[in-house]
Amino acid sequence: MTASHKPERRDFLKTGAVVAGAAIAPGVLFYGIAQGRAPEEGASSLVRWGMLIDTGKCANGCTACVNACNTENGLSGKTGPQDSQWIRKLNIKHLQTGIEHNLPMLCQHCANPPCVDVCPTGASMKRADGIVLVDRHICIGCRYCMMACPYKARSFVHEPLADQNPDVPRGKGCVEACTFCVQRVDKDQQPACVEACNADGHQAMLFGDLRNPESAIAKAMLAYASVEVRGDLGLNTGVRYQGI
Amino acid sequence: MARFAQWLKLAALLGVAVAFAAIPLRQATADVKLPGLENRKGDKCVEDVDIIRRNHPDLLKHHRIETLRQGIRTTKYSLKGCVECHASAKTGSVASTKDDFCVTCHAYAGVHLDCWGCHASKPKAKSAPAADQQASPTMNPVQTGGVNR
Amino acid sequence: MTDVTCFSADCNKSKLFWGLLALGGLVMLSTLSAYFYIEHHGHIVTGMNNQIVWGLPHVFAVFLIVAASGVLNVASIGSVFGKKIYKTRSPLSGLLALTILAGGLAVLVLDLGRSDRIIVAMTHYNFKSIFALNMIFYTGFFAIVGLYLLTLMDRKLKPWSHPVGFLAFLWRLALTTATGSIFGFLVARAGYNSALYAPMFIIYSFAYGLACFLVVQTAMYKWNNIQIDEYVLGRIKNLLAVFVAASLYFTAVLHLTNMYFAKQWDFERFILVEGDTYPMIFWLGQVIVGGIIPLLMIFSPGAAKSPARILIAALLVIVGGHAQMYVTIVGVQAFPLAIFPGYAETSSFFDGVVHPYSPSTLEVMLALGGMATTFLLTTVAVRILKFLPIDKLDQKH
Repeated sequence: MTASHKPERRDFLKTGAVVAGAAIAPGVLFYGIAQGRAPEEGASSLVRWGMLIDTGKCANGCTACVNACNTENGLSGKTGPQDSQWIRKLNIKHLQTGIEHNLPMLCQHCANPPCVDVCPTGASMKRADGIVLVDRHICIGCRYCMMACPYKARSFVHEPLADQNPDVPRGKGCVEACTFCVQRVDKDQQPACVEACNADGHQAMLFGDLRNPESAIAKAMLAYASVEVRGDLGLNTGVRYQGI
Repeated sequence: MARFAQWLKLAALLGVAVAFAAIPLRQATADVKLPGLENRKGDKCVEDVDIIRRNHPDLLKHHRIETLRQGIRTTKYSLKGCVECHASAKTGSVASTKDDFCVTCHAYAGVHLDCWGCHASKPKAKSAPAADQQASPTMNPVQTGGVNR
Repeated sequence: MTDVTCFSADCNKSKLFWGLLALGGLVMLSTLSAYFYIEHHGHIVTGMNNQIVWGLPHVFAVFLIVAASGVLNVASIGSVFGKKIYKTRSPLSGLLALTILAGGLAVLVLDLGRSDRIIVAMTHYNFKSIFALNMIFYTGFFAIVGLYLLTLMDRKLKPWSHPVGFLAFLWRLALTTATGSIFGFLVARAGYNSALYAPMFIIYSFAYGLACFLVVQTAMYKWNNIQIDEYVLGRIKNLLAVFVAASLYFTAVLHLTNMYFAKQWDFERFILVEGDTYPMIFWLGQVIVGGIIPLLMIFSPGAAKSPARILIAALLVIVGGHAQMYVTIVGVQAFPLAIFPGYAETSSFFDGVVHPYSPSTLEVMLALGGMATTFLLTTVAVRILKFLPIDKLDQKH
């Protein structure tokens, strides 16, 4: 499915890297070519960003990812019915066996996102590298995407905001959701939640390029069984869970 | 549809042209203060002032589409770039009082500004957050207070 | 004072006319003040939130939009199927289709988070979105029905009224199909995600539209001291009964099919038995007040001789229609989304719990704006143009 990669360019690069860097740490050089992207170069469909979440490592009661998201994206952190939450800790308990899992729930960055399908103006959109975003410039605030999302991943901004993070514009009257910290990903950094989870020593969240067979996430997905949430809907999510 | 959008653009253009034509008349009759565009760092904008004055909406719009939809992160025409150079020394913002860079001219021209409901009108606090926030606590209140609730 | 341009029989009722206008204007004023208040403060001042994203304004707006396409049915029966008693009612039917749709759309637009971007909504289309297609259908509906009215009222264009009427009929079927599909295409939610929504909304539209038509017609007759012919009323009331019964049938089929799928049981138990106020609104509002009582009234002995009884039946159908929309729109959202079917969910984002909704006064004020818009437009139109249906009783049927 998602690991179905288009080999031509990557193989070419790989070959090039191997030839050129036979003596000088080819692995590092390859990583640099594959991941790094010049500012004037756009997001490429040869990349698909994804996340693998190991529910076994996700600690009960830990909200490091949520706090990091709020700080990075300038969310208030309030949890009223009208407040935005881009990522939340979800506790699920199996009705028959009683087994419990903890996991962070966020925008699943579907390959076939219902929010993009239903958006009347095209404000909900998917970048070439699979990141689903809201173009607030043309969002009219109809909230149809919120009706359509199976994960309740989206929030509507109910009040005027001030002092936003300059990298993360957001404001009243538009719908918003997790962006995979696109402002960081474009700078070759990890999303804030993943970084925070690692910093706390849990290592429950793995972020990377699903199309790159050399990436840690692609290797992990080969090694462990993982599931899509509401896989029955066939949305081909970018976020996968293992351990459920 | 594209045709219709073109017509709309043409109509908007005509409207703007009429508005500009009306400005000198207004000057002659009313005692309107010309906007002062003092706030800036360095001595040169990313384009000639004439081009920027006339085309900054188009440049910004083009850039916003490239950045948001295609992930192109060049900085030449970015709104953040405008803010960094033109934020007022007094308020630290391009749009928090009527003398700030964007507001002063847009108020003069009577053109509604829709950027600052979502975009930060102040430059980003410099990278090391803890030290920087101590240095200028008013810079970014959202990040300093109430986040970790 | 406007008597010079007055063609209808009610020219000497200026006082009443201006009184009605003032009444509609007052409601409209409250709607607009609510709109500007919400626009300024954001939706935080409403009862809507990130769980119940569509609330009372949408209930009223979607009712009007559905009724608008249905009210055109009267004209369709006249023009497409050539029934004479409906033909005389075609102009009023076409007019109401326009004014009711305008009312519904007004509320939808006023509730947008960024209603200032209405131009964006009209210049950016995602053609995969059923919502965007709806906007095209609405615009087309205005154009086609406007043209249809023209063919009805202009003697030279009269021959065109049949083909244009036919087009309008097809268009309105497409429009209601699209409106129903707004809900039918939502795969995520247990209460939607059914192809039945399209035909069901068409049937609902027949009932709500005819009920609205009857109410307006009765008011106009009362105003002009015209006694409606017993035969005519008998025909129309029976038609209403057929539509109301068909609506009940479709509602039953929707819930029965849901009950056939084990995964839908929780939802059906919620909406029909346990869930908050929604079962009561469904059974009492939609089924009894909006369905069974009107049917009993319509088939009660001597109903054709009693316009008042039919009026009440029609009003009840309208009340029931709002109950239906409330259950369909708010009730379905109130039921917690099953993100992990088979698991109990808890989180800081209200997963796994029934979402409460209590509309604020502002939402009520906003929601009533649709009816006020319709009322104002209709009142002005029937005064300056001839829309009053007059049956020529001698050349009977």
